[in-house]
Amino acid sequence: MSTDEAGHGGTTPGGPGNSAGIHGAGRYLIQLVTPAGERISHPEFDPWVQDITDERLCSLYEDMAVVRRIDVEATALQRQGELALWPPLLGQEASQVGAGRALRDDDFVFSSYRENGVAYCRGVDLTDIIRVWRGNASAGWDPYTINMATPQIIIGAQTLHATGYAMGIQNDGADSVAVTFFGDGATSEGDLNEAMVFAASFQAPVVFFCQNNHWAISEPVRLQSHIQLADRATGFGIPSLRVDGNDVLAVMAATRVALDRARNGGGPTFIEAVTYRMGPHTTADDPTRYRDANELEDWAAKDPIDRVRSLLDRKGLLTEELQQHVKDRADAVAREMRNGCTSMPDPEPLDIFKHVYSSPNSWLDRQQDHYSRYLASFGDPAGATTQEGAR
Amino acid sequence: MIREFRLPDLGEGLTESEILSWKVGVGDTVSLNQVIAEVETAKAVVELPSPFAGVIKELHEQPGTVVEVGKPIVTFEVPDDGATAPAADQPTVAATTKAVAGKREPNLVGYGAVVESSGHPSRRARNLTVVEPGERLGRKTPDAGTRPAERPRSTPPVRKLAKDLGVDLADVAGTGPGGLISRDDVRNFVGGGDLPAAAHHLSAVPDGRQDEPSGGGQPERETRTPIKGVRKFTAAAMVASAFTAPHVTEFLTVDVTPTMDLLARLKANRAFAGYKLTPLTIVAKAVLIALRRNPSLNSRWDEASQEIVQFNYVNLGIAAATPRGLTVPNIKDADTLSLTGLAEALAALAESARAGKTTPSELSGGTISITNIGVFGIDAGTPILNRGEAAILAVGAVRNMPWEHQGEVALRQVMTLSLSFDHRLVDGEQGSRFLADVGAVLADPGMVLTMV
Repeated sequence: MSTDEAGHGGTTPGGPGNSAGIHGAGRYLIQLVTPAGERISHPEFDPWVQDITDERLCSLYEDMAVVRRIDVEATALQRQGELALWPPLLGQEASQVGAGRALRDDDFVFSSYRENGVAYCRGVDLTDIIRVWRGNASAGWDPYTINMATPQIIIGAQTLHATGYAMGIQNDGADSVAVTFFGDGATSEGDLNEAMVFAASFQAPVVFFCQNNHWAISEPVRLQSHIQLADRATGFGIPSLRVDGNDVLAVMAATRVALDRARNGGGPTFIEAVTYRMGPHTTADDPTRYRDANELEDWAAKDPIDRVRSLLDRKGLLTEELQQHVKDRADAVAREMRNGCTSMPDPEPLDIFKHVYSSPNSWLDRQQDHYSRYLASFGDPAGATTQEGAR
Repeated sequence: MIREFRLPDLGEGLTESEILSWKVGVGDTVSLNQVIAEVETAKAVVELPSPFAGVIKELHEQPGTVVEVGKPIVTFEVPDDGATAPAADQPTVAATTKAVAGKREPNLVGYGAVVESSGHPSRRARNLTVVEPGERLGRKTPDAGTRPAERPRSTPPVRKLAKDLGVDLADVAGTGPGGLISRDDVRNFVGGGDLPAAAHHLSAVPDGRQDEPSGGGQPERETRTPIKGVRKFTAAAMVASAFTAPHVTEFLTVDVTPTMDLLARLKANRAFAGYKLTPLTIVAKAVLIALRRNPSLNSRWDEASQEIVQFNYVNLGIAAATPRGLTVPNIKDADTLSLTGLAEALAALAESARAGKTTPSELSGGTISITNIGVFGIDAGTPILNRGEAAILAVGAVRNMPWEHQGEVALRQVMTLSLSFDHRLVDGEQGSRFLADVGAVLADPGMVLTMV
């Protein structure tokens, strides 16, 4: 089955060096590394990744491998009954790591539920990632500790939050940027469209980072949009980039271009990272019901991690030592997450009242009082707690 | 230390799953996350990774069993260090699940499933409540024996009235918009209880809607099936192929008696014992030999790069009717195979296609295809190219026909070959020569000596 044209970017007519890549329709895909791992030169975007030394390239490879390991381990934890649900990001590691590692600490991320790779780059505590998916808390972490809001489940709602935050940055006169992550399906939602109207009107410093993973649950992207998603931004007067989302260097370059524009008063940018969700929508989904196996195979050939590995190999950097180091790191992270998950205490019944309001609220206090008296009516507080606290 | 692994809720709100197979046996040592079982839920077939590193002490359920969520399925003996401490010791899990079993419904957006409390998991049937434009002719008729699953459309006061009067709303025909049952409908039902239901409806259809029962047990006049899955992909591929590659089809009818004689001799030969040799095997071999002399039929038109790709290998596609629909798995590097190798590959390919186990790699990368329409008793056709390929050969049935043989009419075994090719890539000359070569081999297998 034919898929998108990802991977042809550097070789299509008008390929590298054609600056038509930034504006206009029918654009080619920005690509710096081919699926075979060949670094191709791109005069316009090369300067943006000039500082990526061999060492930093190895570190990007490690990030992607670790993110995949987190994802695989969490999927296993769900299958073992330790998590209620998990949304795998398999195949989207380059998009998330390339973008996540382009950010400054004072930039603020508003993501959907699939950006666990971005959260990793922001330095999230691994236990916090899975807190919500275990059903132990309504949110996993304090957004201000890592400058990343907790995942938004409502499709596209976070784009409004990001735009509002960006307008706040503008009012503060700061040069940080709000970056919002969403999928191809969100581009069909009202929220994103409204966010883009406001972002354009106020020239807010926000980056709209769309991971076009080709499937909105079971809805293929081609049914949702008759034009490339990047071209939708044009209608809002927002410049856009279309980048090979399985090429970590290209994603990083594109994100830096967009961040730079936002920091310098240039307003919003829309990035379409063309990638592929190689797994199910969530662990409760069966993609074989709606997706052709050939499509998956086509994209497996463009695997983002294999690509970096090939690049490292060509450069002679893929040493035994590096591979062992990356494997050890991934294993350690997986172990830490598993331990954090299985040793996580169940929440107390009254915890549900804890994070509703930031300041005291008399109505809530009353409800809490009623509920604790109800629990006390069981006589054995410990027994009541166990029963109520069970998932 | 003994640990139990209880069947988790593998979807969102599932109450049971079927154990399809165990990947481990009692006594096996397993590592953390090693796949131990394949399980089918109402939503998907999934693999269960082991939650422990240890030794399998007991498998509680047989494959094919439907197990309730929360029931122990595996007992492990694990080392006492507790490094992989699980949350298995949660005495409340089973109780909690039991309390809600049978009531919970999956809440995944997109699609969901209701699980039967017994038997196999099944998907929820869609209840039609609104008449779709295309559906009027084949409007569903309520069966005498079964009752629509959906509650009859009505309003709370009318339901109360019906209940008070002892009327089952499922028996009442609604005359309001969309079949809504009104207060009058219920009263009329009680008042005219002896009126045949159908006649009753006819007098009460205000908008000409033809949604009343039409003649009892008659089958529906149309069946509508959503276009999806393999059918959809097949259709897209067929359209893309038929409207991009200009097709030419040529026919050649051949006296294949010598080939049939050869097959009979090979079958009797001990060197070929155990191999499934059929006319298709010989045709496939003939195609591979003819391709060497006519390579342009083994090529691809690359529109994007404006190049013709000449394959120096042959991935031979064989069209197969499978439970999932038409697929064309191919034999990789078929040109390097001996006759027995080819026979084995064909048998393996047919076997996996029948079992629905064709792998994606077997389905992609084909360079030329054969379709064996003879198995359906058909002689000839104009096959549509498998997308991206330059030629496809349809093999007809072998028939006993009166045929010219050594200057006289004799009863001979005759087969028709139909070759479609992409006229952008292949001229009439090459196409004809290729078909003539295949025919020559079948008509006289000895001709191979002049070709290789």
